[in-house]
Amino acid sequence: MAEVKRFDNRLGLWGWLGGGRWGIERYAYILHRLTGLGILAYFLMHIVVTSLRAKGIYLWAGEDAILAKPIFKVGEFLVFAAFAYHAFNGLRLVFVEMGFAVGKPIEPIYPYKTSLGVQRPLFIAMMILAAIFFFAGGAEFLGLVK
Amino acid sequence: MNETKYWTWFMAAGVVILVLLGLHMMIMHLGAFTHLFVVDKGVEATAVVNSQSRDANLFFTITYVLLLGTALFHGLYGLRTILFELTLKKSMEKALSVLFIVLGLGLFCLGTWAAFTAHANALKAPAPQAAVSEGR
Amino acid sequence: MSGSHQTAHDVVFHVRRYTPERDKAPYIQSFTVPVHPGMTVLEGLHYIKENLDQTLAMRYSCRMGICGSCGMLLNGKPTLACNTQILDIADRELTVGPLPNFDILRDLVPDLMTMFQKHRALMPFVKRDDEEDVNDPAGEYYQSPEELEHYLQFSFCIRCGCCMAACPTLATDANYLGPMPLAQSHRWNQDTRDGARSERSSLAGGSHGAFRCHYAGECSRACPKGVDPARAIQHLKRQLVVDYLHLAKRKKPCEKQHGPGAFPKDPKIPEAPPFTLP
Repeated sequence: MAEVKRFDNRLGLWGWLGGGRWGIERYAYILHRLTGLGILAYFLMHIVVTSLRAKGIYLWAGEDAILAKPIFKVGEFLVFAAFAYHAFNGLRLVFVEMGFAVGKPIEPIYPYKTSLGVQRPLFIAMMILAAIFFFAGGAEFLGLVK
Repeated sequence: MNETKYWTWFMAAGVVILVLLGLHMMIMHLGAFTHLFVVDKGVEATAVVNSQSRDANLFFTITYVLLLGTALFHGLYGLRTILFELTLKKSMEKALSVLFIVLGLGLFCLGTWAAFTAHANALKAPAPQAAVSEGR
Repeated sequence: MSGSHQTAHDVVFHVRRYTPERDKAPYIQSFTVPVHPGMTVLEGLHYIKENLDQTLAMRYSCRMGICGSCGMLLNGKPTLACNTQILDIADRELTVGPLPNFDILRDLVPDLMTMFQKHRALMPFVKRDDEEDVNDPAGEYYQSPEELEHYLQFSFCIRCGCCMAACPTLATDANYLGPMPLAQSHRWNQDTRDGARSERSSLAGGSHGAFRCHYAGECSRACPKGVDPARAIQHLKRQLVVDYLHLAKRKKPCEKQHGPGAFPKDPKIPEAPPFTLP
């Protein structure tokens, strides 16, 4: 076949953000990636910081500690929130990607019901659990519970 | 077929992390509700005295190492997945894989050494006085 | 004349045009189309081609949602132009573009060859070890209605490419197999007549296979035939993991054949009359 000139029409990173279409599972996927990256970035630093305790250095403990400053405390809470979301959404993904929550193949009759509708209750349940964790952590962060 | 293997363990690691990191979060960030594994309830769970009491407990040393290993695998494999979806050259993919393995093993060794050293130090140190700090 | 040809109002079509010999990048050209109720986007594009600009290039064929030719991006959603009524998705303005995640050959025509090549690489046909019997069959392979249900939904695929256009992974990873090839891989794996599941799994379970799917679900939303490729891919992942852990129940394709003498004859059925032709 003769070489035909063409234009590369891939959406690129804009495609990760929906490219114009928005579904809740797609938001969930984007947020899962963002929280994962955030937790990983924190975790790599966390390993180094907590390993210093073997030398008796506790950078986070006590009121004068570097890591007790408010900005770091807020950052820690964000990591906690990211974990709450990532963990429960991840649990949903384990069920879904093992074929448990997507339903059996059906005969498609219009208007089509997809597997997204079948796993939606699981999604909502997981988000409720994540919200409970989030608010509990928030209450402690704000000092509402001692 | 390798990808099936990595991904199966990636998923299993995720479930293990859910349990262990969930416990870690409940101790550290939900301590006001749970008061788990703290010897001095008057201070934060992350205070030195509480941290050292957990370090003295072999259960924590082992589970920290387990959590470290599974979380490093899960996190770095996840990052690798995200980066590989950017249509990289084969040489770049290889280089990234090597980098992640080196980084992962390096941090795992550091964390494991620290966990066992902290455990040994905590066993040598005098036992903390149980209970109350004043005025908190 | 019936009321169906009464013009409701004019809708402006913002069509993404691109001529490779002339343009560096696609651009938008707008056309005003008189729209009546029930008019599909494809009819609107025909109006443009017949009355406003004969150079508009697009693919279409059956105009009834079965051939899969007219997949386009309509107001940001990849779907079939013949299957979509203009007034269902637009009021005064409609953007029409070629399917994303494929190279554009011209105007609204995407290059779907990459999708077909990936599909072909996954052997989308019944493949068995008993070559002689496949080439010179003595009878039929038996498949129960329950066995058919395991893959029937996925066999309704018309290869339109809308799922591929909607997939977020394909937006950045050109080598990802994509929802259509993977769903079809699962369709053939689940077909009890087929025996090539482990052959397909090296590609389907490989570094650009099923595990690059993260269940964003856009493919199932976009599918105009209700094939639900997202469901197929999750089941495919399950099958791959189960095979890896050596827990699979069915390892061989079905063996039963219908043919003369294959089953004992029911005595209530009378004998066939003799042949009347030599």
